[in-house]
Amino acid sequence: MSTTVTASSGSHTEIDPGHPPTSTGLTNEKVAMWSFLGSECLLFGALISTYLLFKGQSLPGTIQPVDVFDIPYTSVSSFVLLMSSLTMVLALAAIQRGDQRLTRVWLLTTALLGASFVAGQAYEFTVFVREGMNLRVNLFSSSFFVLTGFHGAHVTIGVLMLLSLYSLSMRGKLPPSKAETVELVGLYWHFVDVVWIVIFTLIYLIP
Amino acid sequence: MSTSPKTRDEATGPVVESGPEEGGTHHDHPGEAQYIKIALILAAITAVEVAFSYWEAVEGILAPALIAMSIVKFVMVVAFFMHLRFDSRLFRRLFIAGMGLALFCFTAVLTTFHVWTR
Repeated sequence: MSTTVTASSGSHTEIDPGHPPTSTGLTNEKVAMWSFLGSECLLFGALISTYLLFKGQSLPGTIQPVDVFDIPYTSVSSFVLLMSSLTMVLALAAIQRGDQRLTRVWLLTTALLGASFVAGQAYEFTVFVREGMNLRVNLFSSSFFVLTGFHGAHVTIGVLMLLSLYSLSMRGKLPPSKAETVELVGLYWHFVDVVWIVIFTLIYLIP
Repeated sequence: MSTSPKTRDEATGPVVESGPEEGGTHHDHPGEAQYIKIALILAAITAVEVAFSYWEAVEGILAPALIAMSIVKFVMVVAFFMHLRFDSRLFRRLFIAGMGLALFCFTAVLTTFHVWTR
């Protein structure tokens, strides 16, 4: 037997209509996504710690961060990724109010901003390799490429998910009742953004 | 027996019957204007961070200042864009558990290797 209670203001624990009842009252997909994001903290924590552990430990005479980092360039990339979080949340707001056209506009904008970030990172890697960096040259370059490469792979997966949502929406398979699908992709997208916030500060800005 | 979706208040309270008007809606999330305001604040903080990294006068406090600003950005994105401030406490607990465990483990590792005192 269940008691009918008015949900308190500010809580968003309701599940979508059509979703089978769950013991928590929350959709399994969203619980799974938050659990996944919690576990991703450990993955990126390990990669960031490894970079910090090896910082300043590379052999003298080999390439160092100060030789290759281009802060203004990376700042623009960071700004692009930050703004993609805004367009992502606008896409979610659009689908929640049933505006299919704006949902598609914001999803595509987010995917394009994400793709720009990945393209910028690919260009940055190319420049670094030309400067003599590779996975094996020293501790700095190995830990840097592994950390930023993993992050770039996450952004690429996010872009693919966004393009899939855009494609579904174009075919009319993303109605407002499926807003939670956009929300889940959005959670993943914002997470890669917050990871970059940490990477940008700890790896690029702090000397 | 009712077939309407069941929810729990804040994931810990009694099971509630949600009416059809509640399903999938997010009444208390920030509006679009608020999202834009938050994005502008994030962009401004990023600009200050970059300016700080070039400003020699703040060299002594550069690392703590940059870390503080990045924490503010992190919290703003997680709280407002990811709606953690407005969503169920269970999500907050899941995320904080992962984040807390990561912070604890890797702070211990870095401390073991004397990274802070190099």
